[in-house]
Amino acid sequence: MSEALLEVSDLLCERDDRLLFQGLSFSVTSGDVVQIEGPNGSGKTSLLRILCGLSDHFEGAISWRQQPIGKVRQAFYAELLYQGHQAGIKSVLTAQENLQWSGVLHEDISIEQINAALAKVGLQGFEDVPCYSLSAGQQRRVGLARLFLTAAPLWILDEPFTAIDKSGVAELEKVIAQHALNGGSVILTTHHELHLDVSVRKVKLGEAALA
Amino acid sequence: MMLKIWNWLKNFYHKMGSPKWFYDISGRWLPWLTAVSVLLIGVAVVWGLVFAPEDFRQGNSYRIIFIHVPAAFLAQFGYILMAVAGIVSLVWKMKMADVALKCTAPIGASFCFIALVTGAIWGKPTWGAWWVWDARLTSMLILLFLYLGVIALQSAIENRITAAKAGAILSIVGVINIPIIKYSVEWWNTLHQPATLKITEKSTMAPEMLIPLLLSVFGFYCLFTLMLLMRMRNDILENERRTRWVRNILMEQT
Amino acid sequence: MPETKTASLGSVLVGMCRRDLAMAFRRRSEVFNPLLFFVIVVTLFPLGVSPEREFLSQIAPGVLWVAALLATLLSMDTLFRSDFDDGSLEQLLLSPQPLFLLVLAKVLVHWLITGLPLILITPLLALMLFVPDESMEILVLTLVLGTPLLSLIGAIGAGLTVGLRKGGLLLSLLILPLYIPVLIFGTTAVQAAAQGFSVVGHMSMLGAMLALGATLAPFAIAAALRISVS
Repeated sequence: MSEALLEVSDLLCERDDRLLFQGLSFSVTSGDVVQIEGPNGSGKTSLLRILCGLSDHFEGAISWRQQPIGKVRQAFYAELLYQGHQAGIKSVLTAQENLQWSGVLHEDISIEQINAALAKVGLQGFEDVPCYSLSAGQQRRVGLARLFLTAAPLWILDEPFTAIDKSGVAELEKVIAQHALNGGSVILTTHHELHLDVSVRKVKLGEAALA
Repeated sequence: MMLKIWNWLKNFYHKMGSPKWFYDISGRWLPWLTAVSVLLIGVAVVWGLVFAPEDFRQGNSYRIIFIHVPAAFLAQFGYILMAVAGIVSLVWKMKMADVALKCTAPIGASFCFIALVTGAIWGKPTWGAWWVWDARLTSMLILLFLYLGVIALQSAIENRITAAKAGAILSIVGVINIPIIKYSVEWWNTLHQPATLKITEKSTMAPEMLIPLLLSVFGFYCLFTLMLLMRMRNDILENERRTRWVRNILMEQT
Repeated sequence: MPETKTASLGSVLVGMCRRDLAMAFRRRSEVFNPLLFFVIVVTLFPLGVSPEREFLSQIAPGVLWVAALLATLLSMDTLFRSDFDDGSLEQLLLSPQPLFLLVLAKVLVHWLITGLPLILITPLLALMLFVPDESMEILVLTLVLGTPLLSLIGAIGAGLTVGLRKGGLLLSLLILPLYIPVLIFGTTAVQAAAQGFSVVGHMSMLGAMLALGATLAPFAIAAALRISVS
């Protein structure tokens, strides 16, 4: 059994006087796909943001490779890719420029790699169009193109299928499954019914979950 | 020996993370603090206003210093306390430090305001104007703005934890700037040379004036601590209102 | 999986600057509005008080500095706001690159598009306010040292208020007291130069404050951003 990459123990989150979840514990190892489930408002997005270290409104322990994430932030972020609710792209820049910036923040990537990634998400021909002239779905796909440009083993995706059409959904599912088969890990939330080639573990919010 | 001190510190740290412990222990201090502050301030004010001799230059108008000086000290002390609480809160994540910061701000701001008003009262008979751009008064005015900034920032943020941290950062930035601001205002002041408010130098102040002044300062420090503890206790009750020990206390009181 | 090659710090700085500069050039109003504001505010004083030569030349350093302060403040609110709104700020915070460096790049670009134009138009406005020739150089020099400091301090306020809905006015209230030392040393330097006195003290203070700001502010800004996003 391989070592846990991300380990969560006894997590409690309280927001605006509401207890979102407590006693939450689970771990993620390479090859895992974990789906966080729960009704609207149950704290799924809050949990994902806490796992990324964006929010510290929690009690409990989160560790990356057996070290608390507060202590190994830089190393953790070098191995993490997060796609939140918002696309995370600048509408005034082109798709290419947005991904180049992503490269500045994370790893060196070349123009050829960027164009190849954009082609894979169906945006071939839209590389140097400013993103405000793309549809919402297309903008999200620019964000998702990062999945092809990253070496990060852990992906944390919040509602990645939003505004993506049917064929795009199937493609994305394949990408996620492939990543898991290659030894990466994915934690995601989605309202959509997942049909992956790999098994998906579910973590239900609203009750103390287990690994 | 070192181990003992270390253990005591660790113990203190854990206790300070417990609102209940703080509430209980501060409750025991309240009556003493009240008694001491009332006594000291009462004695100091009466002594200063009635019994202390007249200043040979300023006559009777200088007597306001028995309130102005402590208020000014506390206004500055309050901000430093806020910044220290901010550092403790950010580095050691102590819950009580958050509460202390939030509660110190309005108290410090009030003392700052009192210092400004009493400064104006002092100034009127001395140069005939309610306000002059004296270096110390101007610095105190800017200090008031800094206080109001922290209060405004904390009240604009809805989430309590976020508000505490933002207030901590602003207080720390502010406290670093305070010496710079004071220095620059003094510099500005010497260039333009308006009238200056001067307390007679401490070392040449007659003991009949110095002693009530010191009593007043100590009394005001006690008052500050008293008000701070009372505010903090209130804040704790509000934050922990869903816990059993708070509900018991509230039920006992109704 | 491809091999990880993280970029060097220098290229990170350059990359961040390029992105922000590209964004600024495509939203040119962000460059022009503060500049226009600066010019209009300066013209309010002769209009509102007196256009007499002696009077204007006396208040000129103060007017120019106050107008520069206000124009910088006006542009400060947008420093992080669009990044906050579209999720880019989160991506920035999740970068393995040191946050203080990324933040420094943003502030640098902000100064290039706000402070630098102010500096360039000041000689023209100084002429209109009858600033004596002896103090013209010093006036520009104080702005060269002061405007980056204004951007740095303002960015701390921007970081603290970026998550708030009506953050703009609150930002001004937080930052203006912190601007006062910069204002004082900037204006007194120009006044001293007009009277033929040495300005070494003033300029060293401004330089020291800039050095302190450039080293400490990025960390405060980074901490403020993490808090605002949490």
